Amino acid sequence: MDYATVLQILDSALRLMTPLLLACLAGLFSERSGIFDIGLEGKMLIAAFAAGAAGALTGSVWLGLGAAVLASLALAAIHGMTAITFRGNQLISGVAINFLASGLTVLLGQSWFGLGGRTPALEGGARFATITLPGAEALRGVPVVGPLYAEVLSGHTLPVYVALALVPATWWLLYRTRFGLRLRAVGDNPASVDTAGVSVVRLRWAAVAITGVLCGLAGAYLAAGLSAGFVKEMTAGRGYIALAALIFANWMPWRALGATFLFGLMEAVANRYPEIDLGPVTIPSMFMSALPYILTVIILAGFIGRATPPRAGGEPYVKER
Amino acid sequence: MTFLTRLAASAALLALSAGLAAADPALIYDLGGKFDKSFNEAAYAGAEKWKAETGGTYKELEMQSEAQREQALRRLAETGANPIVMTGFAFAEVLKKVAPDYPDTRFVIIDSAVEGANVQSNLFADEQGSYLAGVMAGMATKTKTVGFIGGMDVPLIRNFACGYVQGVKSVDPAIKVLQNMTGTTPAAWNDPVKGGELAKAQKAQGADVIYAAAGGTGIGVLQAAADEGILSIGVDSNQNHLHPGKVLTSAIKRVDTAVYDAFKAGTEVEVGKTNIWDVAHDGVGVAMDDNNKPLVSDEMAKAVEDARAKIASGELKVVNYNTGNACPVQ
Repeated sequence: MDYATVLQILDSALRLMTPLLLACLAGLFSERSGIFDIGLEGKMLIAAFAAGAAGALTGSVWLGLGAAVLASLALAAIHGMTAITFRGNQLISGVAINFLASGLTVLLGQSWFGLGGRTPALEGGARFATITLPGAEALRGVPVVGPLYAEVLSGHTLPVYVALALVPATWWLLYRTRFGLRLRAVGDNPASVDTAGVSVVRLRWAAVAITGVLCGLAGAYLAAGLSAGFVKEMTAGRGYIALAALIFANWMPWRALGATFLFGLMEAVANRYPEIDLGPVTIPSMFMSALPYILTVIILAGFIGRATPPRAGGEPYVKER
Repeated sequence: MTFLTRLAASAALLALSAGLAAADPALIYDLGGKFDKSFNEAAYAGAEKWKAETGGTYKELEMQSEAQREQALRRLAETGANPIVMTGFAFAEVLKKVAPDYPDTRFVIIDSAVEGANVQSNLFADEQGSYLAGVMAGMATKTKTVGFIGGMDVPLIRNFACGYVQGVKSVDPAIKVLQNMTGTTPAAWNDPVKGGELAKAQKAQGADVIYAAAGGTGIGVLQAAADEGILSIGVDSNQNHLHPGKVLTSAIKRVDTAVYDAFKAGTEVEVGKTNIWDVAHDGVGVAMDDNNKPLVSDEMAKAVEDARAKIASGELKVVNYNTGNACPVQ
């Protein structure tokens, strides 16, 4: 394997990582506030559909992105309504959202476009344009670092850079601001936050809304960045991999970057080398695609490190009377 | 209350008998959906052609999950639909079980062979169509590297790959063929993102023509190939129009003709036999139209025509992956 191949694999890993990272950070906000969200998949799916549909109708990626965020926020609002306002079961609500998105996208797509749930192919301005980072061409000649900058870091679309920038932003928000402190507290011990006179409900709603926005961005990237248009069920389980990454990352932003990059890298390697020959054994590509789940199970079982979820996660908050 | 029940019961009876009298043909689409721009859409086109010609009506059903197959078949048989046409090899096992229970209904399965007194099987010589596509890819490549991206890793798709490789190697045995499968679950038919990444990975390894036999995933492959400025080859339906001038050709499979013929024969459709749709019967081939005209040189067109004639006459044998479950070339 030469250096050029390594760069190509890293480049591909970065693209594959982005939807996972956005969804993982989305889940991080929600779960850190004590709201489990297995509806990441559904929110991404409906956002991808909205981006595809709005992009095809208007020809503008920005309107597509706006529609994606709105659609994802609408589903997030349903989740907030069930989980926060009506104190329902968060897992069931999440499952319902996944089913709703899966059915609604195909139904609406068929009635609007008559293409069996697909949206027309997006062209030109309806897709995210690639961004060449400043100095990428000038630095290309620099040994080792130059190609790394020019080929791997430069030349992606906007959501990739937004996702990367969101990692330190999330860390700063969670660990260096009052809002973040309260958000973490509300996930661990909502009663104490309530005692301090801060609204648990409002904080949790804010977290769920952030989740909606981030899932919207992830979905828009799938439909208008990585591919050109929506195809039914195109998220293909990425929402669940993001959840696995969240557990793997122990609900921390920097580790989320590490976990999703690792999962993206595994997929990129599996794409490049369907069968990895290690002399006596050959690793099939199926093993590589199962690896994120296997690693998560190992972490959950406590063999490597320990997963410590927010203590009040999954429990609706009821004020004592 | 009793009156209401009786009313409902008679209404239900009426509806049932109306269904029985009509004996409409029915068509079941496999996972991947009716508008996959590929296999199932070809079946839909055949049914629509029949509808336009005869003015008849037909029932249709799209599979949403593996578990629905048996239920769907039984339901359609019980509503009196005849014949029932289904697309996809995945129906074979279920049909074996269901067909004997409805001896008066005739079943037509496409892409698989099932024995039964009331079953007609339709097999396509996928390897032959893919061979022709391979010949074109082999002649079009400048980097001496071409790619193949399959959907779900099943013998049917391996057969596409095998025919393609044989075609490529017939042009020049030194050409390298990169092969990838999208996955091992039905989700592999609907993952354009992964399809696009696979296409980019193959391009990075030097491929400049990529053949996608992957249902909805193929849309992502064709898109990525067009974005990267390399050629792609579509499958099942004519996909040349998706990216005019960027799709070298499409390995077409006349599923539409098979469905049309079955619908046209109606309740008299021949059963207990297996139709083989090969190049000699115009069942498989490569699509040539205005969209790919600039890409196809006279020399290439002639080579394809030669190969076609040789396969049809039996002079050239394309190995089928399913006989022996192995491909002679890689």
